[in-house]
Amino acid sequence: MSHLIDRRLNGKNRSAVNRQRFLRRFKDQLKRAVADAMAGRSITDVESGEKVSIPTRDLSEPVFGHGPGGRREAIHPGNKEFNAGDRVQRPRGGGGGGGGGKQASKDGEGEDDFIFELSREEFLDLFFEDLALPDLVKTQLAKIPEWKSVRAGFTSAGIPSNINVVRSLKGALARRTAIGAPYRGKLRELERQLEEVIAREGEHSPAAEALREEMRKLRIRIEAIPFIDSFDLRYNNRIRQPKPSTQAVMFCLMDVSGSMDQQRKDLAKRFFTLLYLFLTRNYEHIEVVFIRHHTVAKEVDEKEFFYSRETGGTVVSSALALMADIVEERYPTSDWNIYAAQASDGDNWQDDSPNCREILTTRILPAVQYFAYVEITPERHQSLWTEYEIVKQQFKHFAMQELGGAEDIYPVFRELFKRRMV
Amino acid sequence: MSGKTLISEGSEWTFPLLEAYDREIARIAHEEFRLDTYQNQIEVITAEQMMDAYSSVGMPIGYHHWSFGKHFVSTEKHYRRGQMGLAYEIVINSDPCIAYLMEENTMTMQALVIAHACYGHNSFFKGNYLFRTWTSADSIIDYLVFARKYIEKCEERYGVDAVEELLDSCHALMNHGVDRYKRPAPLTMAEEQARQRSREEYLQSQINDLWRTVPTRSDEHSTAEAQRFPSEPQENLLYFVEKNAPLLEPWQREIVRIVRKIGQYFYPQRQTQVMNEGWATFWHYTLLNRLYEKGMVSDGFMIEFLQSHTNVVFQPDFDSPYYSGINPYALGFAMMSDLRRICEAPTDEDRHWFPEFAGGDWIKVLDFAMRNFKDESFVAQYLSPKLIRDLRLFAVLDDDREDTLEIAAIHDERGYRRVRQALADQYNLGSREPNIQVWNVDRRGDRSLTLRHTVYSRRPLAAGPTYEVLKHLHRLWGFTVRLEAVDETGKVSAVNEVRKA
Repeated sequence: MSHLIDRRLNGKNRSAVNRQRFLRRFKDQLKRAVADAMAGRSITDVESGEKVSIPTRDLSEPVFGHGPGGRREAIHPGNKEFNAGDRVQRPRGGGGGGGGGKQASKDGEGEDDFIFELSREEFLDLFFEDLALPDLVKTQLAKIPEWKSVRAGFTSAGIPSNINVVRSLKGALARRTAIGAPYRGKLRELERQLEEVIAREGEHSPAAEALREEMRKLRIRIEAIPFIDSFDLRYNNRIRQPKPSTQAVMFCLMDVSGSMDQQRKDLAKRFFTLLYLFLTRNYEHIEVVFIRHHTVAKEVDEKEFFYSRETGGTVVSSALALMADIVEERYPTSDWNIYAAQASDGDNWQDDSPNCREILTTRILPAVQYFAYVEITPERHQSLWTEYEIVKQQFKHFAMQELGGAEDIYPVFRELFKRRMV
Repeated sequence: MSGKTLISEGSEWTFPLLEAYDREIARIAHEEFRLDTYQNQIEVITAEQMMDAYSSVGMPIGYHHWSFGKHFVSTEKHYRRGQMGLAYEIVINSDPCIAYLMEENTMTMQALVIAHACYGHNSFFKGNYLFRTWTSADSIIDYLVFARKYIEKCEERYGVDAVEELLDSCHALMNHGVDRYKRPAPLTMAEEQARQRSREEYLQSQINDLWRTVPTRSDEHSTAEAQRFPSEPQENLLYFVEKNAPLLEPWQREIVRIVRKIGQYFYPQRQTQVMNEGWATFWHYTLLNRLYEKGMVSDGFMIEFLQSHTNVVFQPDFDSPYYSGINPYALGFAMMSDLRRICEAPTDEDRHWFPEFAGGDWIKVLDFAMRNFKDESFVAQYLSPKLIRDLRLFAVLDDDREDTLEIAAIHDERGYRRVRQALADQYNLGSREPNIQVWNVDRRGDRSLTLRHTVYSRRPLAAGPTYEVLKHLHRLWGFTVRLEAVDETGKVSAVNEVRKA
C-alpha cells in the first residue's frame, strides 16, 4: 500500500535560499541592470519588480565537452528522400551536427541573455544597497520619550504585585536552614547527653529534667524562626529601555512659481517619490506633508501639489516658515522623525534668501533628521544657493545637490544619502 | 471494488480517489504484470514546490548553491510566461520511492503520474543493474541530509564564499567523478558521520606522506623518476583530487567527496534515459489501458489520457521546426512496445533477427531487458528493423574533412545494422563525453598535474569551457594543471594549461 502525504502546506520556498545565493553571486551585474532600469523609466513605477538580464556567459557552469569538428555519425528520424550514399550540403547553423555532442534542446537559448524578474523587494534592496538613512538613530537618546519595559533579573525592593513567589520562597528556605542550623546542632547534642544522663541517673532525675527544659526552649527558638521574612522577598525587576521611534514625517517643499515648468515638477516628483520609498523601508509609519509656495506658502494634497499651476514671484521663506509652524504644532520631535526635501529652480526674491537661512538654522534644522535641497536648474545658481551653502557649512544633516535631468536623479540621490561614517 | 464500476467520473481529484486509483493500479501492476517495486510514498505538492523540486535537480534535500537558484529562476520564468508546462511528475530513486503529484493536475493526470512514476520508474530503479550497482536507494535520503548539514556547517565555519568557490569547482568536474568499473560501498548517514572524522585525519596524514620533502637517497631517486604517479591513468578526477590534492583542507576533501557521491548517484540516470522513460511510459500506457478494459475508467478519462500520452511520445521529423534530437520518451516507448509485439505477434523477419525471444513471454522478455541493459546496449540489442522503418531512421556522417555530409545508411536491408550501431553509439557515454584521465603528477618537481584527453573520432574539446574547467581543477589542485591530447595514432600534443599563479 502506498503512502499518501499532503505536502502542500509545508516548505513553500525551499529554493529561496538558493535564489538569494544566485542574486548574491551576480550582485554586481544586477546592480548595474537596476541602475539602467531606473534611468530608463519613471520612478513612480518602483512599486513593481523589474526584469533584469545577465549575459549568459557569466552564468555558465563549464564542463568538459566536445567542440565542433571531427568525425561523427548522427541518427535522425523521418527520412523522406535520402538514399544511402547521398551527399548533402551542411545545413547552416550546424543543425545536423549535434549527434555526438550536446543536444540542442536545453541549450537552445544559446547566446541570449539570461532574463528574469526581480521581485519588488529584491529590486529595492539592490537599489538602496549601501544607502542608509542619515543619522537614523536619534542623535540624542535622551530625547526619545518612548520606552519599553524589559525584564532585568530580581531586586529586593518593589511593589507587592511584582513579588516573585518562587524566588522569594527559595530565599526563605535557605534562610531558615541557615539560621536554624546552630540550634539544631545544639539540640542533637542535648539529645545525646539526655540519653547518657538517663542511662546513668534514671528517667526522672533532675539532670534529665533540666536537659529536657533546655531542649524545650531550643525547640521554641527553632519554631520562632519566621517562615518568611521581608528580607526574603524578591521582586521581578523591569527596566525601561528607550525604544527608537518608528514613525516619520516627510515634508515635501516645492516652488510652484511660473518658472517651474511641468518638466521640472516631474523631476522633483521623482525625487520625492524616491525619498518616500526610501523612508518606507526604514519606518513603519510615514506621513507626508506637501507644501507648495510662490509668494505665499500653502499646505496642499498630493494632487494639487504636483499638478496645479501658479504664476508670480517666489518667496521661499514663506514655505520654510509654514513648515516650521506645522512641525511645532503637529509633529513634536519627541514622537516623530522628521525629514524634509525641498525642490526649487533656485529662483527667489533677492532679499528673502537671508531670511530662509535664518529660519532654517534656527527653527528647522534643529528639529529635523535630515534636510535635502535639490535645485533643478540648468542655469547658474542664484542667491538662494549661496545662502544655503553657508548653512551647509554649519549643519551636517543638511544636503544640497543640483539636478540636471532625469538621469541625474539616482546619482544625486545616492550622493545625498551616502552612507555616513559617524 | 467490483469489476464493472468506474472509480471516478469528474476531473477533480481527492485523497480517497488517489488512494483508490493507486490501489487498483498497484493490483494490476503487481498481480497481472509482476512488477517489483519499492514502497511508494506519494506526495501532493503545489506548482511552486514543483519548481523548487525541479531546480534542485530532483534531489529532495539539497545543499545550497547559486546554480540551483539559477535553475529555479529560469524555470519560474518559463513557467510564468507559459512557455513551458511543468513536468507533471518528479520521482526520486529512493526507498521508499518518493513521487510528487502536482495539485493543479486533474484526476486523469494524477492517475497517469501514479502509473508512470510509482510503478514504471519505481520498478526500473529497483530492477535495473546500473541503479542496483551505483545507487543505494535505502540510504540516499540520509546521505543527502548528511551532505546538507555538513556543507551548512562548513559555510558557518569557513564562510559562504569559500564553500561556494569549492562547490563551483567540484560541479565542473562532477561528470568525472565515477569509477566506472568499481561498485561503491553502500552508505548510511550514521556510518558516514562516524567515518568522516577518522577519514579526515587519515587522509591528511597520507597526503603529507605523499608529498614528503625529506630527500631520498639518490639511487632510489633514479628509479622513482621513471615511475609515473599515478602508475595507471585515473578516470575518476574528483576521487583523485580528493585523495591526492596537496593543499586541500580536510573539510574541503569532504565536500569534494560529497559532490562526487552525488554525481555518482545521478550517473545511472544519465545512461538510462531512453530505457527509463520508455519503460515508465510503456507501463502507464499498459496499466491505464488495462484499467479501461476492466471498465474502471470512463471514455472521457481515456481521451484525456491519450491526448497527453500522445504529446509525450511525439517525435518530430528531422526537418520539422520542432525537431531537437530524438525524443527519449518516443524512442523508449516505441522500443518497449515493439518488444511486446515481437513476443506476441512475431513476423518472419523478427524470428530471423531475434530468434531467442520472438514469440516468447513478453513480460519476462521486457523484465529481462529492463534489468540488464543501459541505453547503449539496449538499442544495440533490441532495435528492430521494423522500428527503424517505422521511424524512418537514417544515419548522417559528418566529417570535417569532407565538404558535404554523407547519408551513411537508411532504413533498408543494408542499413539496419549500421543505423542500429550508430544510434547505440549515440547513447554511449564514452563517446558522448570526452575521455579525460589523470596521466601524471610531477611529484618531485613543480607538483604539476597532467591530464590526457584520448581523442575519439578526432573530436576536439570545446575550447572555452575546457579552459574554464581547467581553471577550476587548478583551484582544487593548487599547482599547475595541464591538458594533453592523444590522437588515434598515439601522438601527444599539448592542449592547454593553467599555471600556478
